[in-house]
Amino acid sequence: MAVANSVVAPAAPLPPVLAALKDAVLVALVAMALTGPIVGLQTVDAGGRLTVDMRFTEVALGIVIVFFGRFGLALGERGLALPAYGVGALLMVAGFLLPWPAELLKVLAVAAGIALVVRGIAGQLKERRTQAVLRAPDEEDAKAERLRRLVTRGLGFAMLAAAVLLPMMPFANSYIMDTAIRVMTYMMLAWGLNIVVGLAGLLDLGYVAFYAVGAYTYSILSKDFGFGFWGALPIAGALAASFGILLGFPVLRLRGDYLAIVTLGFGEIIRIVLLNWTSFSGGPNGIGSIPRLTFFGYPFARRAPEGEVTFHQLFGLDFSPLHRAVFFFYLILVLALVVNFFTIRIRRLPVGRAWEALREDEIACRALGINPTNTKLTAFAIGAMFAGFAGSFFATTQSFVSPESFTFLESAMILAIVVLGGMGSQLGVALAAILIIGLTEAFRGLAEYRMLVFGLGMVMIMVWRPRGLLAHRDPTVLLHGRKSVLKKGAAA
Amino acid sequence: MTAPLLKVEHLTMRFGGLVAINDVSFEAEAGRITAVIGPNGAGKTTVFNCLTGFYKPTVGRLTLTDAKSGHSYLLERLDDFRITKSAGVARTFQNIRLFAGMSVLENLLVAQHNKLMLASGYSLLGLVGWPSYRAAERDAVEKARFWLDRTGLLPRSDEPAGSLPYGDQRRLEIARAMCTDPALLCLDEPAAGLNPRESAELNTLLLMIRNDYGAGILLIEHDMSVVMGISDHIVVLDYGKKIAEGSPAEIKANPDVIRAYLGEDDTTEALAEGVVE
Repeated sequence: MAVANSVVAPAAPLPPVLAALKDAVLVALVAMALTGPIVGLQTVDAGGRLTVDMRFTEVALGIVIVFFGRFGLALGERGLALPAYGVGALLMVAGFLLPWPAELLKVLAVAAGIALVVRGIAGQLKERRTQAVLRAPDEEDAKAERLRRLVTRGLGFAMLAAAVLLPMMPFANSYIMDTAIRVMTYMMLAWGLNIVVGLAGLLDLGYVAFYAVGAYTYSILSKDFGFGFWGALPIAGALAASFGILLGFPVLRLRGDYLAIVTLGFGEIIRIVLLNWTSFSGGPNGIGSIPRLTFFGYPFARRAPEGEVTFHQLFGLDFSPLHRAVFFFYLILVLALVVNFFTIRIRRLPVGRAWEALREDEIACRALGINPTNTKLTAFAIGAMFAGFAGSFFATTQSFVSPESFTFLESAMILAIVVLGGMGSQLGVALAAILIIGLTEAFRGLAEYRMLVFGLGMVMIMVWRPRGLLAHRDPTVLLHGRKSVLKKGAAA
Repeated sequence: MTAPLLKVEHLTMRFGGLVAINDVSFEAEAGRITAVIGPNGAGKTTVFNCLTGFYKPTVGRLTLTDAKSGHSYLLERLDDFRITKSAGVARTFQNIRLFAGMSVLENLLVAQHNKLMLASGYSLLGLVGWPSYRAAERDAVEKARFWLDRTGLLPRSDEPAGSLPYGDQRRLEIARAMCTDPALLCLDEPAAGLNPRESAELNTLLLMIRNDYGAGILLIEHDMSVVMGISDHIVVLDYGKKIAEGSPAEIKANPDVIRAYLGEDDTTEALAEGVVE
């Protein structure tokens, strides 16, 4: 009917419901063309030869879901919010109640219903905000700014509190603690890389090399030279920093893609040297039985070696393997927070501002008398130093290091955390670390589809938040004080 | 006689076979505005890039003499960032180069990097919040406030520099250059893209910098209302050669200059009618 109408009088606009119907029919036709051959035909092995089965019901139901989903969307787009909710609710109820022939169809129907409802609510909220902005733009600006501040600050404190309380929770078993340690290690690495990539704008694809330098430095110092963790930590950091400078010198003139390629190469060189220099690093076998970290001299063990007191004896507790994990967790938490606070502070210092200025425009920096060589090298060195610290921690928790742990994939993972979090945003990076490491862990049940979910998540974040989860940049210094933005709204 | 602030002697710059500047010599005095003018492609910006170290000249000597210390610097031998840091030559760019994502105030603090870096003990004292660093930062903010006030940008100090209107961005770039405490300020077409009211404001600002601050200003400009209105001395380049030099009145009447700008045939007519500016 709708089609006939449009043919007769192409100039007259259709009533909204009919237009939505037409839209839905068209999309359903496309869906039919696509699902017909892909879903409808199934080859079955019937006693040694292949036969083709038709799956009409599945195709038909799929098309019906697509039809209603699109119908709801089209209604929503034409301002008919209530009918759109209705279609969404219908899909959801149908998804739950009807006996679907396949689990996937059921999931599809429910997901489509939820998507419709969520979209509708989001659309109405946006509309309401637009109305409010039209009435009082300054006030709304101030309100949004206040809300943003509140949310980011609240989120930061909530995450910190959750991290501190996590080991005391009844559900904290050794699997949870190990995952939390992994998340915190990546968070620390990402915060370190954030200095190089987020602040100084130097795209570094070989960051894991400094992590490896730290890990191997600690392993060799503690195993062959009897260093303790706290003695080896500064040396590992210093050595990683010197490797950072070593890499920095030849690449000073490079930017962007070229820099990325060279740093990628550097990361691989370190890994391949570790793999092949067997007498030094144990080659592919790595270095094993690295002394584990003790609680300031008291080992975490069921039975103490001759003449030593163990951690649980010291505090009169029963032995639990969880003690070590909890201690490691708090240790990496403190290390990561040190990196975080260091970064927050240094961003407000001249060198931090110079990094950001260098990221914005190197030529202008030179014209203002800033030495770009020193500025870049400090960024490389400080970023590398934190990776070195994290590497030492990694070596002592695992008590085994091998080149396997320092592949390019690790660098890519750390970089992904920085980019997804929002370059330069400390809180965004923390969120992204939890999302990326936590979610890949949570979807472990999906086995080989895990990476698919991971990729889908990445794509969705890039579509909705192309500049990262939290891309807002606060100025490092304000002339009119923090309240000026808020006051502007109050005055209006 | 004391040495001039800037002395350019026999400056030549070749790019392969192309001679961009051919044996140009001129001087710029402290407390005076020297304009470098010429048709498009005359080599004005190349002179600037040689002065500020972005190019190393093929031949020539560029001497900057600081009147206060009496110290001379040979600019052609210094690294680009040292020309600003040690010799005190600041510049702006033809296509504005602000730190767009950073706030206006931050732009001006980056310009005071070297002084602040020293005060922060290469970040070590700054990290622990040493009082002397805090004082230095307060001073830096005060200096920034002074220049923001002079350029009329004070109300927008906390906004991202990239969000300012074009004319404000031009003025911010000048304020930023002034925050490096330059002995010589090199401005590459500061009036480009400004409306008449804005270029009048620019004239006032530049005269203020010359009179109150005593810095020498070297100016590349196409806007003749700016050049003729405020310059003390004008150098005219054409095809990389200096064709004339003198006061605005002399330059206006110079037949070589008119020929360079208007071409051979129109010159006599233009001179007769007295319309050339």
